[in-house]
Amino acid sequence: MELKPQRYEDTVVLSPTGRINHATSDVFSTALRPHMERCAAGQDRLVLDLSGLEYISSAGLRVLMLARKQAQTQGGTLVVAALGPMLREIFEISRFSAVFDVYPSVRDALAAISPLALAAFERG
Amino acid sequence: MRVKFWGTRGSIPAPLDTRALQAKLIVALTLAAGRNLDTPERARAFVEQELPFELSHTFGGNSSCVQLDAGGEEYVLCDLGSGARVFANSVLAAHGPGRGHVYHVFMSHLHWDHISGFPFFMPAYIPGNRIRIYGCHDALEQALRQQNAAPSFPVDFSRLGAAIEFVALEPGRRYDVAGFSVRALRQFHSGDSYGYRFERAGKAVVYSTDSEHKRDDPAETDAFVEFFRDADLVIFDAMYSLADAYSVKEDWGHSSNVVGVELAQLARVKHLCMYHHEPIFDDARLGAILGETRRLEEITRQEHRVEISSAWDGMEIAV
Repeated sequence: MELKPQRYEDTVVLSPTGRINHATSDVFSTALRPHMERCAAGQDRLVLDLSGLEYISSAGLRVLMLARKQAQTQGGTLVVAALGPMLREIFEISRFSAVFDVYPSVRDALAAISPLALAAFERG
Repeated sequence: MRVKFWGTRGSIPAPLDTRALQAKLIVALTLAAGRNLDTPERARAFVEQELPFELSHTFGGNSSCVQLDAGGEEYVLCDLGSGARVFANSVLAAHGPGRGHVYHVFMSHLHWDHISGFPFFMPAYIPGNRIRIYGCHDALEQALRQQNAAPSFPVDFSRLGAAIEFVALEPGRRYDVAGFSVRALRQFHSGDSYGYRFERAGKAVVYSTDSEHKRDDPAETDAFVEFFRDADLVIFDAMYSLADAYSVKEDWGHSSNVVGVELAQLARVKHLCMYHHEPIFDDARLGAILGETRRLEEITRQEHRVEISSAWDGMEIAV
């Protein structure tokens, strides 16, 4: 499991890859932590680009739920985007799709949360 | 061995109401339009063979009670929710009140939905019956005595005619009861609950209800995987969605279909049966959840396939 960050102005896009399961959820949690500390009112907005994720287990989903709670508490913005077919089904069945703001693509997510970041994204 | 479900609803009995019944009838009659159903036999065949489960059945409303029937003379039950009344009546209907029986009952915990059937458990009133109630809670006897006492119930526990014994169990230790080797595991639930693994003649059935899995402690996961390992059947508390269990219903002591599938896959369980259904869910909702859970098992399957079912009052599973 890797977590690749990419900054677009006031927004960081994080792109985990591979599988997040009971054996790797701690690694994911640790990698996410510094970004979550800056996911607060007036600081970074976060987009989790899940297009490269092959699988996420309930342990990984717990990390996401805790991150969402932390973002809410800090007044920050955390959304998810670009779920592949399996992730989309896991989000539906677990009802995470009812809790998270889910966007079809990173571009759609940036358009919804930050015009500045969208402009930077489109400039490449 | 056969596993018989007498009560499958969580938290409180939830009977089917008129509105829900009429909604089923309306759809069923619509599906029957133009069909020749002018005899009871034809109508029965239509109901049993052509209507979907959610129309021809109900998941039911009685609270927790499951029977493990290995064909022996003595009865083995898990929990004494309102389903225990139906079980007891079936025994009396089959054998009458004159013949004494031995009942072994394993208690997951002592919340009302798991004990409320006992005041209406007719064998307790009949001399000649022997009822052995097993559990890991210190308050096991106290909880059942308190329930059969004024001002909550008119018949005091001391007036029950059967010989009733309470047997304290230690988690992790093996016990031999009625031909089963039984082991308990402590589970996360308010006041603790205990799962039971029953083994007999090379078969294993796990009863694991009222158990929250936070999935943040690998040791806890390992303990349950070991407890479920290679079981022929795991009866699993799948009351909430995973999102609810991690958010608004965190620490309410229940689990989800998603965690059930994962643990069953890790433990190479043969059959996962969802249990302790949310009382606000109607039959259509529970049927939809069953379909989704089967789909989850399919898309996340590696090499081991887990059969998925959802318990209903009256269901039987051959193990």
